[in-house]
Amino acid sequence: MSEHDVLNPKQMPLNPEKATLEGKNKFIGFWFFLGGETVLFASLFGTYLALNGSTNGGSSSQELFGLELVFIMTMLLLTSSLTSVYAMYHMKNNEFKKMQIWLGITVALGIGFLCFEIYEFYHYIHHYEFTMRSSAFGSAFYTLVGFHGGHVVFGLSWIIALMIRNAKRGLNLYNAPKFYIASLYWHFIDVVWVFIFTVVYLMGVL
Amino acid sequence: MAEKTSLHPAQLDYEKQKRKEEMKQQVITFALMIIFTIIAFSMVIAELNKLFVIPVIFVLAAVQVGFQLYYFMHMSHKGHEMPAFMLYGGVFAAFLTILALAALVWW
Repeated sequence: MSEHDVLNPKQMPLNPEKATLEGKNKFIGFWFFLGGETVLFASLFGTYLALNGSTNGGSSSQELFGLELVFIMTMLLLTSSLTSVYAMYHMKNNEFKKMQIWLGITVALGIGFLCFEIYEFYHYIHHYEFTMRSSAFGSAFYTLVGFHGGHVVFGLSWIIALMIRNAKRGLNLYNAPKFYIASLYWHFIDVVWVFIFTVVYLMGVL
Repeated sequence: MAEKTSLHPAQLDYEKQKRKEEMKQQVITFALMIIFTIIAFSMVIAELNKLFVIPVIFVLAAVQVGFQLYYFMHMSHKGHEMPAFMLYGGVFAAFLTILALAALVWW
């Protein structure tokens, strides 16, 4: 496939994200990366499980966590996962505008999630004096949840950058893999969050 | 994974219809994930027995992640043998990591 065909495909193939060698390589490479991310988050989860009782005389997880906020955050992130599925659905139908709209909704939901998380951290720090340095529990909590929040920031920046950069280009076989990979990353963020709300918050208030 | 460069219009319609059906399934998957989340939260709020709640919310989380991987991230599609291998390799190492850290604390 020549470079011209990649940028101006006469007809979109069924799976534009895997139609070129570059796309296929990105796809395999990204799943490899996700396997590595799984291990990385596991080490943070393991650390959290080991240290969540070491409060150093400060607030315990039962005193800190409120489930209302976590429930709203979970719903926001879960819905944003569905909206990015919609975006990829429109990508495969070669409907660029609709894909951009759904990606925009995904980004908006992600920003909503992030605002709640920032509020949550602010609340813990100012009302409970629960910080990264106050106890081993604090260090483990902020490292795990903050690292996930960092992934949300990165994922949002990534999707926004792709949307802006390709706004006038439309869909082609060069950028379709990029959009697809970014949406995989976004789903993975939700995968990690499922374990965070289960292990950190639900088990934390039990 | 070899793709034909030009497809018959009838086949294009068929593929489009197939994707539409799949999108409906995705929405059903999403509804199930919401229900699982609500069950997990309400079980904790209802303050049931800890030894019962913890395994159940773990199972709910695992199923929800399975949905996310196999439907939202399309691992149920063809050509995902290598991604599955990578991911399960990661999950295996993750399991060992958590097991080792938990064992160290328990000791």
